[in-house]
Amino acid sequence: METVVAVLVGVLMASSVYLMLRRNLVRFVLGLALISHTANLLIFSSGGLHGTFPPLVPPGELVPGDGAANALPQALILTAIVISFSVFAFLLVLAFRTYQRLETADPDSMRSAEPVIAAGRIDGSASGGRQ
Amino acid sequence: MSWLLASAIVLPLASGVVGLSLRPRRAVQQCVSLLAAIGHLGIAIALLVKVWREGILVAQVGEWPAPFGITLVADHLSSAMVLITAVLGMATIVYALCDIDENALVKDFHPPLQALIGAVCGAFLTGDIFNLYVWYEVMLIASLALLISGGRKAQLDGAVRYAALSLVATTMLLSGIGLLYGMTGTLNMADLHLRVQQVENQGLLSVVAILFVFAFGIKAAVFPLFFWLPASYHTPKVAVSAIFAGLLTKVGVYSMIRVFTLIFTHDVGYTHGILLWTAGLTMVTGVLGAASHNELRRILSFHIISQIGYMVLGLALFTPLALVGAVFYILHHIIVKANLFFVAGATERLSGSSDLKTLGGVYREQPLLAALFFVPAFSLAGFPPLSGFWAKLLVIKASLASQQYWIAAVALGVGLLTLYSMTKIWVNGFWKARPASAEEPPPLTRPNRLLLLSPIICLAAITLAIGLWPGPLYDLAERAGHELMDPSKYVEAVLGPSQTASIDAGTGVAK
Repeated sequence: METVVAVLVGVLMASSVYLMLRRNLVRFVLGLALISHTANLLIFSSGGLHGTFPPLVPPGELVPGDGAANALPQALILTAIVISFSVFAFLLVLAFRTYQRLETADPDSMRSAEPVIAAGRIDGSASGGRQ
Repeated sequence: MSWLLASAIVLPLASGVVGLSLRPRRAVQQCVSLLAAIGHLGIAIALLVKVWREGILVAQVGEWPAPFGITLVADHLSSAMVLITAVLGMATIVYALCDIDENALVKDFHPPLQALIGAVCGAFLTGDIFNLYVWYEVMLIASLALLISGGRKAQLDGAVRYAALSLVATTMLLSGIGLLYGMTGTLNMADLHLRVQQVENQGLLSVVAILFVFAFGIKAAVFPLFFWLPASYHTPKVAVSAIFAGLLTKVGVYSMIRVFTLIFTHDVGYTHGILLWTAGLTMVTGVLGAASHNELRRILSFHIISQIGYMVLGLALFTPLALVGAVFYILHHIIVKANLFFVAGATERLSGSSDLKTLGGVYREQPLLAALFFVPAFSLAGFPPLSGFWAKLLVIKASLASQQYWIAAVALGVGLLTLYSMTKIWVNGFWKARPASAEEPPPLTRPNRLLLLSPIICLAAITLAIGLWPGPLYDLAERAGHELMDPSKYVEAVLGPSQTASIDAGTGVAK
């Protein structure tokens, strides 16, 4: 079971890196969403996949019995899912606004922050602060 | 006394929430933010004094015992970092009172700023590695909100780059934490220190260590992972740039120091060897990048990168003296770097330009500002008797003591190039006559001018004080450095005296 999940993590990681390397902001955002799920799956499998029943503590005892699922990775993943969901929502809006303002989704042609310096003079306005 | 530790995190966060609900009332919101900053400064001073007197402070959140719950730990390094964060937060808020005057922007400035300060303090104080990840994400969201506030094209462009690389970093951090948990079955950093020594597969541990190098390396902007920094730091408001420049990358360096002294010390030759190369290349690329630019804040952004190299160098050498140097360097650098951004902003506000080609005559028109630029700029370059001299002296002395002559040579050469860069700003921006085409900026009223300059004056005074009396800060850095080299005190403070017994008591999913 762990081998299967390990291969799955590998395939997902490779796909998300492929997506993130495309020259398109939307693909990049999708790649980031995928890579965060990959990380969650990695945590899940590293906690061990051998649990067979929920980790509920029986009455009168202090620890759940042998073979209980490990609850901690699941708690970590829940936290990570919530965080990555909100970051993903922010990133989508950011990508959309950037596309609207800069009229391109190709990161290579976004040169507002770092204008190309051609023949000693700077094209475009890069001065921050008051504007 | 756990409230002292927790309140250093809770107070800024709470004032951020209150600030959000006060968005329609601008003046009240500013007052709340300012009061919170004063309170935070008080807490931070109390924390450092207490740690100085009594040693490492520990708070178990929710009374859950150490390896199971989240632990907050304040040792000398983290409490000093919290204090410097509070000082910088205060300076930024005062500066922003005058600098950020558009109604629409000011409402969205204080809440995320306070959230950022809270998250940074959380990252400094936590003793739990997953909690560290959570603080990184809070920090990321808060900083993104600050970065895009205003919504100019350059800001959006910079924010895309910043968000992209930061999210890759946090994903790597999360993966590293997952793998580390799989090997050790714990997330408590003190407990991790004990348990990584029992891990059989040391090779896998090195792989995880490199994941952490990448994650924190992106955050700290080391070579070759720094591209997001010069793309984004010059785009937002000056107050935002300044607190980013002072704090954010240093959180990455702090985490690196924490993790590579407490957890990954199994193969110092390999992991810290990589850090040493990284440090050298970071110093050189940063300073060369700075030499090629003409806009004030872009020059300064590249200098952040170059200076990060010195701090990583202190960690990479991994001797007591080198760590003392690294701690001293971080503390001095936060003040100096943020102050340089404030000066750049004030110059732009008072002279109407931030480009060296159109700037000029500042020394004639604003002699006070020119003097205030001189202190942090030449401290950055390592001029005696300013604070940067002592910081560089410690790091270079440590590298000579560990017989790494080439890196000492690189550090000295980079210092010289930093001096070149600062002289370039001085000659072109401050000394030469104002170009005829340059336009006059709108005049500033006296109280506003005072608000703009007072944080710069205070931070320059701190730099000068450290330079003239380096003793107290050196003592602090020495204590912090020795704590880092010998983590047994840290472990004992967190897990209690019966630390060895607790190894067997954990739930144990170690494979």
